[in-house]
Amino acid sequence: MNDGLTDLYQEVILDHSRNPRNFGPAEEADLTAQGNNPLCGDRVTIFLKIDDDMISAAQFDARGCAISLASASMMTEMIKGKSIEEAMALFRKFLALVTGENSVVSGPDLAELTTLSGVSNFPTRVKCATLAWHAMVGALNGIDEDVKTE
Amino acid sequence: MATKLENTDLRPAFDVERIRQDFPILSEKVYGKPLVYLDNGASAQKPRAVIDAISAVYETEYANVHRGVHYMSQMATDAMEDAREKVRTFINARDIREVIFVRGATEGINLVASSWGRKNLSAGDEIILSVMEHHSNIVPWQLIAEQTGALLKVVPISDNGSLDMDAYAEMVCAKTKIVAITHISNSLGTITPVDEIIRIAHEKDVPVLLDGCQAAPHMELDMQALDVDFYVFSGHKIYGPSGIGVLYGKEKLLDAMPPYHGGGEMIDVVTFEKTTYADLPFKFEAGTPHISGIIGMGGAIDYINMVGIDKVAAHEQDLLEYGTSRLCGVNSLKLIGTAPQKAAILSFVMEKIHPHDVGTILDREGVAVRTGHHCAQPVMDRYDIAATIRASIGMYNTREEIDLLVAGLERVQEIFG
Repeated sequence: MNDGLTDLYQEVILDHSRNPRNFGPAEEADLTAQGNNPLCGDRVTIFLKIDDDMISAAQFDARGCAISLASASMMTEMIKGKSIEEAMALFRKFLALVTGENSVVSGPDLAELTTLSGVSNFPTRVKCATLAWHAMVGALNGIDEDVKTE
Repeated sequence: MATKLENTDLRPAFDVERIRQDFPILSEKVYGKPLVYLDNGASAQKPRAVIDAISAVYETEYANVHRGVHYMSQMATDAMEDAREKVRTFINARDIREVIFVRGATEGINLVASSWGRKNLSAGDEIILSVMEHHSNIVPWQLIAEQTGALLKVVPISDNGSLDMDAYAEMVCAKTKIVAITHISNSLGTITPVDEIIRIAHEKDVPVLLDGCQAAPHMELDMQALDVDFYVFSGHKIYGPSGIGVLYGKEKLLDAMPPYHGGGEMIDVVTFEKTTYADLPFKFEAGTPHISGIIGMGGAIDYINMVGIDKVAAHEQDLLEYGTSRLCGVNSLKLIGTAPQKAAILSFVMEKIHPHDVGTILDREGVAVRTGHHCAQPVMDRYDIAATIRASIGMYNTREEIDLLVAGLERVQEIFG
C-alpha cells in the first residue's frame, strides 16, 4: 500500500521517536529557546553549548508527535560539532527537504535527516518536523521568547 | 370508520442511507477512499437543501435588507426575517426580539461578556465557568475581567468528565454575577445538568449563559422551559453555513444592555449630539448582516425539522454506544470523557502514540477526525495530556464508518508496532 505512510513512518524515525537521543533538560546551556506549536500544544526546548562559535553540545526536552521528536533527536546529533554557520545552512537545507522544494540548497550532508523527506507529502506535518529547528535558530539568534510555528 | 391518528408519527422513518444522499460531499473520495467524516464537532457538512437555499438567495432574491423600498430588498428582508422566525421556533424562544444574529457562538459570547459585562461587572465580582469550556467561553470573560477587576471561578470536573455539582453549588454566592457554562463539552462530550445549573444560579438571582454549540445539532432546545438567560450556537455546526450564529437572550436583559457594535441598522435617530438605538433585535445587529448565511441557516433548521431532531438524537446515541464498545476493544486505547450523560463525541488517546500521528494515518484511510487540544487546553491539563483524538458523530454517520475508524486504528498500531 503506497500511501506515503510507510515512507513517513520509517523504522529509523520510529526508533528516534521511541528512544530520543540527547533527550532531557540540560543542567548548563549557553543558549536555550522554546518552540511551541499552539495548534496542537506541542512544545520543545533546545539547549546548546557553544565553544568558539562551535556547537559543542545539543540537547532537547519535548512533548510531541513521532515526527517532531525524531526530527529534534536527529537534529541534536547532527548539529553537534558544527559551527553556527554550518548549523544554519543545515537548517535551510532541511527546510527545503521537508517542504519539497526542488532547488539545490548548499550545506552540510543531510545524512540520516533524509529519512524525513516523506514529510513533504504531508503538508500539515511540516510544522512538526521543523519545530525543533525553529527553536534552534531562535536560540542561535538569541531570541529568548517562544518561537511559534503554525 | 374513523381512523385513529393519535400518537401516529407521520414523518418518514429515519433512514441514514437516504440522509447520506442529501449530503453531496459524502460521495467524495479522499486518497481514493470513501470519505468517513467524523469531525462534526468542528463543523458539520451541508445538505443539498442548504446549498440550494444559499444559491437561491443570490439567484432570485438578493439585495440589502431593511433598507430598500424596492422589490428585491423586500424579498431579501422577508427571507431573512422568516429565518429568524425559524430560529425562534427551533429554540422555542418567546419572541423574535430575543433572537440576535451574530457571526457565530464566539461572537455571541463576546457580545454578552462585553456589553452585559461592562454594565454589570465591577472589581471583586465573580464569573463562574467550568474547566471544560471551549476557549471561546473563557477568553471573552478573561478580557472583561481584566477591564473590570472581576474574577473567574472555575468549576472542576470528576475523572469521568462530569461537572462537580457540589463544588458548583458552593461556588455560587453573593459575589457571583454570571455563570457561563457549556451545554455539551466539545472535548469530552459531557452533557451538563443545565436545569440544575440554572436553578441554583437563579436562586441567587444570577443569570446563566449556556454555550450550545455542541447541543444545538444533537438535541431539542427549549429556551422557555430551560429558563436560560443567554444561549449561543453556530450555524455551521447545525449543517448550515459558517460565519453565522445565534445569540438568544431574555428580552429584559437584552433591553438593558448597551449596544456592542455601532453602525448602520442598529440606530433609530443619529445626530452628532446624540444617537438613539433601534429596538431589539436590531440594536445588536450593526452593519449589513450575513444575509445568505442567515437564510442558509434557516434552510438547515428546515432540514433538521424534516428529519426530526429526536430521531437524530436516537441515531447518534446508538452510534455512541456502538463506538464506545468498539473503541474499548482497541488495544492500549483510553477514552477521555466517560460521563454517564454524554453526547456522541468519542475523545481518546493511545498509549505511546501521539494523536497527530494517529490523525495522519487515519486521514490516509479516508477517516477525518480532529486531533489536538480542541480549543480546550484547560481540559487537556486536567487529564495531563497534550491532545486527544476526537471522533464526533453527526446524523449521517453509520456503524460501518465506526468500523472503518477502528480498522484505521488497527493500521496505526501496525505501523507503530
